[in-house]
Amino acid sequence: MQQEWLWSDSLINLFTGLGMPKFLAIGLAYGLGAFILANVGLILTLALIWIMRKVLSRIQDRIGPNRVGRYGLFQTVADAMKLLSKEVIRPAHSDMITYDLAPVFSVFGVIMILAVIPFAPGLIGVDLNIGVLYLVALGSVGIMADLMAGWSSNNKYALLAGFRVVAQLLSYEIPMVLSMLAPVLLLGTMRMGEISAAQGLHVLGLNLGFGWLVFLMPGAFLIFFISALAESEQTPFDLLEAESELISGFHIEYSGMKFAMFFLAQFINTFFLGAIAVTLFLGGWQGPFVDNLPAPFSQILGLIYFNIKTFAVYIAIVWIKGTFPRIRVDQMMSFAWKVLVPLVLSLILWEMIALKLPGGAVIQYGAVLVGNLVVIGVVLNILGNHFKREQVRSKRAFEPKTLIGTMRPAPTAETAAAGD
Amino acid sequence: MAIDYLPLLILVIIAIGFGAIAVIGPSLLGPSRQNKQKLEPYESGMIPFADARRRFPIKYYMVAMLFLLFDIEVLFLYPWAVTLRELRWQAFAPMGFFLILLVFGFLYEWKKGALRWED
Repeated sequence: MQQEWLWSDSLINLFTGLGMPKFLAIGLAYGLGAFILANVGLILTLALIWIMRKVLSRIQDRIGPNRVGRYGLFQTVADAMKLLSKEVIRPAHSDMITYDLAPVFSVFGVIMILAVIPFAPGLIGVDLNIGVLYLVALGSVGIMADLMAGWSSNNKYALLAGFRVVAQLLSYEIPMVLSMLAPVLLLGTMRMGEISAAQGLHVLGLNLGFGWLVFLMPGAFLIFFISALAESEQTPFDLLEAESELISGFHIEYSGMKFAMFFLAQFINTFFLGAIAVTLFLGGWQGPFVDNLPAPFSQILGLIYFNIKTFAVYIAIVWIKGTFPRIRVDQMMSFAWKVLVPLVLSLILWEMIALKLPGGAVIQYGAVLVGNLVVIGVVLNILGNHFKREQVRSKRAFEPKTLIGTMRPAPTAETAAAGD
Repeated sequence: MAIDYLPLLILVIIAIGFGAIAVIGPSLLGPSRQNKQKLEPYESGMIPFADARRRFPIKYYMVAMLFLLFDIEVLFLYPWAVTLRELRWQAFAPMGFFLILLVFGFLYEWKKGALRWED
């Protein structure tokens, strides 16, 4: 690392240079930063929705939005305008205050995530010393918002979705939080900026930027990714909105801008869970030569690397959304509690012991790697068995012989009289 | 140290402000022609009956309690994990004991059938 560059310091220096008093400069710099950060989140959503619609439609052999603007780029803007001008409807007998507060909390929970994401070296809202714990705490705000929406709507579908929020989001919070512990154990810091900075690979004074933690702990990354999919309510874990069962789940009674806020929260949440995965496991802004350049260029390069990785993770999530069918509730629950939680608990226990082994870094890291490979093997084995079973079952269901075998015999006089 | 949290405070204000504007704004902007049918809860075209608020089945409480247990454990674990490298065995052993206790509790709950979802 060269000298520590921090966006807030340079902004404060700029403002004090213009002749402002110190406290005003600090306030203005932080205010400007927070404003830009919040807007990044909101404007990003427009792009995210467009990407998801385009990729999904290509997977489904359609063209997707292509009317508003070039390649349909402004479709989401038009949609947002429409939602903004909609009539406000609160269903009768709904709990008004909770009903109105739920979308606010939902958006609040995801915008606050932005504050600790390191986009580039020195380009991080606040490098909190409890960064990862802060993310864990924020995870619960979104759950609460969904539950509030489900309960207050006075709608049976919404209430059922509220049940499922408790079941799914709470269950997958545990493996997610415990797998986020793996990098913290290894690096001994909860600062997101330091976790990113630690994942470089320094050779002869040059930073090749490929010391990503995913190479050392692929098992923790896999568990984090699966739980993040469940947390972001994307297929195969979209039981909360399951269009064919619950119409659209907890936000069924929401229309106009309040619906847009749930929608926005879900998309930013998906993207920033990807960003957290990138920061913790895929090296954050690390890439070849990222901190060997003078200040502005190194930040730009870091930003580019970070965005490439995060959008790659996002597109992978969209790809999974377009490919996998939805799983059943009982499968979802038993996968969380009987596969992921025991695995991640034993992984953390193993890592704790491995990092206290005598004999230096090579033995310790080797032990961590071995533990992670075992976890990967177990998870892939369980998933493979599941898919094989499903394949056999669906093949059997469509075999013509069994179809004929399960057909009912033509009604005879007796059965017809009995009413069958 | 406290100055570190100033941007967070500003971001809280902006986030809640955005939410408040987005919730209040359309009620000033948009049209308002409401009638009884429009305000009824949506039940796929059926006429809604009875109140939708029912009691949660007991299994959801079980999940929530399990979650609480593990979440508190995580809360203990994080500050401890940061200092893992410097810890001596005297500080390492109690957390190991705590975790093993939790694992046995979890196994007991599993065997008792608290994690069985289908009735």
